[in-house]
Amino acid sequence: MPEKFDVIVVGAGPAGTSCAYQCAKNGLKVLQIERGEYPGAKNVMGGVLYKQQLEEIIPEFWKEAPIERPIVEQRMWLLDEESAMTLGFKGRAWANEASYNNFTILRAKFDQWFARKAQELGVTLINETVVEECLVENGKVIGVRTDRPEGEVLADVVVLADGVNSLLAKQLGFHQDIEPAQVALTVMEVLKLPAETINERFNIEDGQGCTIEMFGDSTKGHLGTAFLYTNKESLNIGVGATLSSIVKEKIKPYELLEYVKNHPIVKPLIQGAEEAEYLAHLIPEGGYHAIPKLVGDGVIVAGDAAQLVNGIHREGSNMAMKSGSYAAEAILLAKQKGRFTEEVLAIYREKVYESFIGQDLKKYKDATETLENHPQYLKEYIPMMNRAARAFFTVDGTSKREKQKGIFNMFMERGKIRTVQDMYRAWKVMK
Amino acid sequence: MHIVVCVKQVPDTKVIKINPKTNTLDRRGVPSIINPYDAHAVQEAVHLKRQHGGKVSVLSMGPPQATAVIKKSIEIGADEGYLISDRAFAGADTLATSYALTKALEKISKTSPIDMVFCGKHAIDGDTGQVGPGIAKRLDIPPITNISAITKVTKDYVELQRKLQDGYAHIRSTLPCLITIEKEINEIEYAPFPNMLKAVNYQPVVWSIDHLEDVDRKQLGLKGSPTVVGKMFAPPKQEGGHRLEGTPEEQVVQLVEVLKEKQYLFHFNKG
Repeated sequence: MPEKFDVIVVGAGPAGTSCAYQCAKNGLKVLQIERGEYPGAKNVMGGVLYKQQLEEIIPEFWKEAPIERPIVEQRMWLLDEESAMTLGFKGRAWANEASYNNFTILRAKFDQWFARKAQELGVTLINETVVEECLVENGKVIGVRTDRPEGEVLADVVVLADGVNSLLAKQLGFHQDIEPAQVALTVMEVLKLPAETINERFNIEDGQGCTIEMFGDSTKGHLGTAFLYTNKESLNIGVGATLSSIVKEKIKPYELLEYVKNHPIVKPLIQGAEEAEYLAHLIPEGGYHAIPKLVGDGVIVAGDAAQLVNGIHREGSNMAMKSGSYAAEAILLAKQKGRFTEEVLAIYREKVYESFIGQDLKKYKDATETLENHPQYLKEYIPMMNRAARAFFTVDGTSKREKQKGIFNMFMERGKIRTVQDMYRAWKVMK
Repeated sequence: MHIVVCVKQVPDTKVIKINPKTNTLDRRGVPSIINPYDAHAVQEAVHLKRQHGGKVSVLSMGPPQATAVIKKSIEIGADEGYLISDRAFAGADTLATSYALTKALEKISKTSPIDMVFCGKHAIDGDTGQVGPGIAKRLDIPPITNISAITKVTKDYVELQRKLQDGYAHIRSTLPCLITIEKEINEIEYAPFPNMLKAVNYQPVVWSIDHLEDVDRKQLGLKGSPTVVGKMFAPPKQEGGHRLEGTPEEQVVQLVEVLKEKQYLFHFNKG
């Protein structure tokens, strides 16, 4: 007879561990199953962890969690081949513990720490084990079957936090095959550099970090972004593009990363750094439209598996943790009622949709598709803005009024109506 | 049948580096693993238990974190684990280690007599292969090293295949005996899920020096270790050698010339 738990959580990333932690904290018997050698072994993100959602789970977590640097400056670069329009915000407030906003982290370290916190509360974590399918009886999920001999194990409820390509949710018919336009393939490198060099190059101090998001030429105009984040003694540099554009334009992701690393605006920042790690992962970018069925009898889908990522604002791990928290709340309610049916667990879906997760994903629900179908935003307008800025800031004896006129005409080169249409469309998907 | 397997936690030598300046092991960030030969020994003991019944115990000496290798053994299928852990054991060479382990084995055998002791053929960090035979000598049982197969087990004797330099020896030994295990004896199986569950929360029996009986403290730890490491150095890097250049055809012609020149290196039958 297989052993029975209150909850089985599949996956030990931010969503799974958040849920496992809060279930165990409230006295439930939790089994967490991770396919990697340890939590974080297979997990990848650019590296920004937001404070709010984790602080709700573990107050003042940054005092003991393996964070790299609290971020005090966020820069955005609109890249042309040899220039950049830059925009950013730097604030001293973000350097103060009381008003930290986000941090850079390395997932291999962070996920292990977070999972250990859950284990301390009694979560049973099994690594190096793949869950192959949910056990279903009369339409209700009653447990899982792992790839190990005698691999069945039972639970009142199973939480699928098994990541972007959730085969388990697919087996249950909660979603179809993921479309290539709904995921980005991101490749990144960890580059070692001494802390003092990082501080000098990014104009920051110890205990302060900086993030740079790059659009435009960083993906050679394809739909995607590149990023450069500061860790304590290393940099994370990466680039991601939707799978559809990678296929359509025959891009090799590692070549794109090499291109970014050799970009004249980027290169001075990473010069002399030693390549320490190479990572790649799929990122859900389908947004609101890609959210699958979130609950069933005895089952909840959370985190990347539920496609809860805001690609425009590079938020994902926070949504994963919050969805894990909501899942735990729903499970505790179901435990109270003694019924783990879809009807009781549906409170999870409501919470996800009503919170910032659902609201934000709804706000940008058409953004990715619009950018995919209208490549001119990245391919034409960003270079145009760079040309305009260069023209405007170059002192060459032309009057400012003349310059403005020239720039206006430059933007209208595409045709007045098309340009106005483009602007209206951009406003509509971003509003 | 009661088999006790001695297991050791070692640094994963695949990722270990030698600091060229100090000639010492650079252990920073190096993961600890169960000595691979010991894992095969546990697996073999579990096979025998499946066929003949009985019990598999594992015994390790080390700091508290060596519990990890006992948990790993439980995953493979061991029934119970003992860890002897005390500052008094620290700094032990093979002589002092075999003494401490022998004292623990004697204590285990008081409640549950031991039929066989298994050890890995050597640990990948020290490569000495001395602890197993050392234990056998102290227990006054036959030591049979480098075992690549166990071919027969009865309640009075075992038949074993012992790996030699250029062949195998078939050996019969009375019980109890101590054998040291070669990797080729088995494949480590993918552990059953119930074992994983048992291992994750398993706590071994931990004995300090005070738990062991009739112990001569002078024979333990650094004090009981006559071995002195005179010098450590990394082997010199191989020099470049001769590289053949040109098209594949040209390279083959050159290669044949080289082989002809050096044919004294080969034992060809010229008949």
